[in-house]
Amino acid sequence: MKYEAVIGLEVHVQIKTKSKMFTRVAAGYGHPSNTLTDPVVLALPGVLPVMNKAAIDAIIKAGLLLGCDIAPICKWDRKNYFYPDSPKNYQISQFDQPICLNGSVEIELPGAARNIQGEHKSIALTRIHLEEDVGKLNHEAFDSLVDYNRAGTPLMEIVSEPVIKSAEEAYAYLTSLRATMIYGGISDCDMEKGQLRCDANISIRPVGETKLGTKVELKNLNSISYVRDGIAHEIQRQLAVTQAGGTIVQETRDYDGEAGVSQSLRSKEMAHDYRYFPDPDLMPVKVDAAWKARIQAECPELPFAKQTRFQTDYALPYTLTSVLVWDRALADYFEEAAKLAGSGKAQAVGNWIVNDLQRELGVAKIDLTDSRIRPAHIAELVKLIDAGTLLSNAAKEVFIDMAATGETPSAIVAKKGLAAVPTDSTELEGWCREAIAANAKSVAEFKAGKESAINGLKGPIMKASKGKANPKLVDETLRRCLAVF
Amino acid sequence: MSQAAMTSELFNKTITELAALLEAKTITSVQLTEAVIARTQDVEERVKAFNSFDTADALSQAAASDARRAAGQALGPLDGIPIGIKDVIAVTGQPLTASSKMLANFVSPYDATVTQKLKKAGAVIWGRLNLDEFAMGSSTENSAFHTTRNPYNLDCVPGGSSGGSAAALAAGEAIATLGSDTGGSIRQPAALCNVVGLKPTYGLVSRFGLIAFASSLDQIGPFNRTVEDAAITLQAIAGYDENDSTSVKIEIPDYRAALKEKKGPWRIGIPKEYFGEGLDPEVAAAVEKAIEFYKSIGCEIKSVSLPHTEYGVGVYYIIATAECSSNLSRYDGIRYGHRSANAKDIVDLYYKSRAEGFGPEVKRRIILGTYVLSSGYYDAYYLRAQKVRTLIRQDFLNAYNEVDAIITPTTPTPAFKRGAKADPLAMYLCDVYTIGVNLAGLPGMSVPCGFSSGGLPIGMQLIGQPFKEADLLAIANAYDSAHDWSKRTPNL
Repeated sequence: MKYEAVIGLEVHVQIKTKSKMFTRVAAGYGHPSNTLTDPVVLALPGVLPVMNKAAIDAIIKAGLLLGCDIAPICKWDRKNYFYPDSPKNYQISQFDQPICLNGSVEIELPGAARNIQGEHKSIALTRIHLEEDVGKLNHEAFDSLVDYNRAGTPLMEIVSEPVIKSAEEAYAYLTSLRATMIYGGISDCDMEKGQLRCDANISIRPVGETKLGTKVELKNLNSISYVRDGIAHEIQRQLAVTQAGGTIVQETRDYDGEAGVSQSLRSKEMAHDYRYFPDPDLMPVKVDAAWKARIQAECPELPFAKQTRFQTDYALPYTLTSVLVWDRALADYFEEAAKLAGSGKAQAVGNWIVNDLQRELGVAKIDLTDSRIRPAHIAELVKLIDAGTLLSNAAKEVFIDMAATGETPSAIVAKKGLAAVPTDSTELEGWCREAIAANAKSVAEFKAGKESAINGLKGPIMKASKGKANPKLVDETLRRCLAVF
Repeated sequence: MSQAAMTSELFNKTITELAALLEAKTITSVQLTEAVIARTQDVEERVKAFNSFDTADALSQAAASDARRAAGQALGPLDGIPIGIKDVIAVTGQPLTASSKMLANFVSPYDATVTQKLKKAGAVIWGRLNLDEFAMGSSTENSAFHTTRNPYNLDCVPGGSSGGSAAALAAGEAIATLGSDTGGSIRQPAALCNVVGLKPTYGLVSRFGLIAFASSLDQIGPFNRTVEDAAITLQAIAGYDENDSTSVKIEIPDYRAALKEKKGPWRIGIPKEYFGEGLDPEVAAAVEKAIEFYKSIGCEIKSVSLPHTEYGVGVYYIIATAECSSNLSRYDGIRYGHRSANAKDIVDLYYKSRAEGFGPEVKRRIILGTYVLSSGYYDAYYLRAQKVRTLIRQDFLNAYNEVDAIITPTTPTPAFKRGAKADPLAMYLCDVYTIGVNLAGLPGMSVPCGFSSGGLPIGMQLIGQPFKEADLLAIANAYDSAHDWSKRTPNL
């Protein structure tokens, strides 16, 4: 019997706000334990939550970017359970009236080759709601210590429909979702810092069956690759159990990405009754058209739309766009440079950015914003090449100098005398041929293997160009002419 | 009046009287505070209204008030007045126990908004007043520490949950006090102790810093000797607070000025549902006499109906317990409060800390609340209760189409003997007349209106329209200023 996998993902994304979800104390990462706290975070007797409006702005933006319906009214509910990382022993969340409903995440599956665009799919979302993050337990030899710095950080839960079919799709889903959040300035989505966390619900069923199989929840998937590997592993595990005649048990499993194994955490019998009820300390939130419009105006173009536009407007090949569009800063950088360079030069601009600039950043271990090479530099460089002023070797030299000094390409060309003068290569070739014809002795010596004899030919050429010819260019052209002589 | 005779009576004076003496520099706040401290030291052994007090702290606040006044920077009528605070309202550096073993050693690192406001008004924050544990009860017998006595009869309860606040004021151990009212916890003890008790409209006074019992019902309010004092105290504590999302942004009128400006005559509603079975005849007679007074000053007395009254107690004990079961989850022994010394693991720590830290009534309500919120029961209990709650509020709003205020007895009976209501259900029925006001979010007051043949105080309840405390106070003042019930003091 052939089986298919059915996967739904629950993704938690921390919203990047200055303060916490329900109090004024700062949100952040990497601070000394329990310093990002106040009476509200610690749930001291008598404190009350007050909603952080910036977090609502951010989730509305996330919803609009993902095509969700934004509820005109949403409310806050208490999710009651005891755990030491939860100071109130209830979490303020949204149960039956989340702020975002429906919507979807567009994904691209791997293409037939690296340079071939893959199939696009739309993964439907169930909902996105807002809640508060919990603290962190640190287990020591004899004690467990709790750090409430993370507690109360605004946290979105993005729930997909169970429509993901493979580990690869899950990977593509998270890649796209993550880029969307970063693009929107909603979160930095650094999984190592817990800013994006993913749980996967996985089941298998015979192909053709419409009923869902028993689901297993996979937790602690700490990177996008682990999500892919963990899901692939779990699908194989379920297939093995089923094919051995066993049945899948509904449970929560912990995936160890390094070891590539999973183990059961708890079974359904121990499932919680969260006793949700509306939080009487908070008022429902009304999101009117003006609020939505204000956020809509802040919504950026998303990577796939940008990719299509770059392909159409700038005639960029897929390989370039697939690098450029996933990094908003890089894409913006490209567009600025392409516009400055003028029409017909976008691909050259793209090549310089994707190849040389990216390599330069990698070598220097710096971010794009820290590079001394600005979009105007790239544009000017490409224009100089296009005009014939710079030949490729000289251009590379100019690029390296730009990275070091931040000077403009023309300044570097002037400084180093790299300009290819005359610009007309026919003229230069003419001077070369004249020099060859007039200096038969030097030619013969050169051809016989005396390398220095070429200098005897360069003198007359430099004289003919009134000293302005690029020596390198002269050398190249002269050798080319000599070869066919 | 000799200096000695005058200061000896200072503890029984009203804010209005004392503010005049302070302003005239006839007395100082230190003298007044010393008089209150001396009175407290004299009677507290019998009354047991306080969980703790800090005389040095109070005297230093008083000295600061005197210094302000000497510099011509007095802050208003509360400057220098000792005000007692129910031990569920946070005061920086002072214990905050909720009369529970759970918080027996907890000291608050922050001020409640009302505490801040009283400090800004110059009041001397004085003492931590006893209550039923976590404000759950009607007699203070549920305090984990001790039972407060009714100053008018030490064998009787002062009411609750704000029993300490009412008893301390009646006994002259403070000039005014703050309490909190979830189902009658200000008005019922006020009635039983012959003082004025005001529960404001839900949302008028910030709850920030009030230990939550039932968040959608809790309100802080004042206990005072006169309605005029209530107007002064409410003025200081009312108003929008950005730390409380349920506080309401409205203009706060001048309540004291309203007492003179608003002259009636008013239309007063009498709901027949509040005068039926279970009402003590002496209480009924006293309240009816008060209604006669209103008639005599030209008010129109109308019979109104609040048909869903009978569901009030049931609805209340579903909503209040549901909310408390969640609100009290934070008391787990992890970050602060009682932690069991004998726990084996984390679950055991929760079980034992809570089992040891909470008293029986608190446990009973947590269990009930947990049950009504459980999966499968939520719709039948909590959701249904909320719907009935809406109907109860609608009853009142319908009545207010015809009347300006409603008068009822505050309690079915005067103060009862300690230990007389061992059955929790019998105790719950003490609040039968006060619960509806909380469910409907309305302002309600208890005003002294007589004494029983046994010498126990009787209070009438005046119920006003949402955020119309100015009118409610004016109506109450019309009666209070024409009677001297509230000027009587207990024989201690």
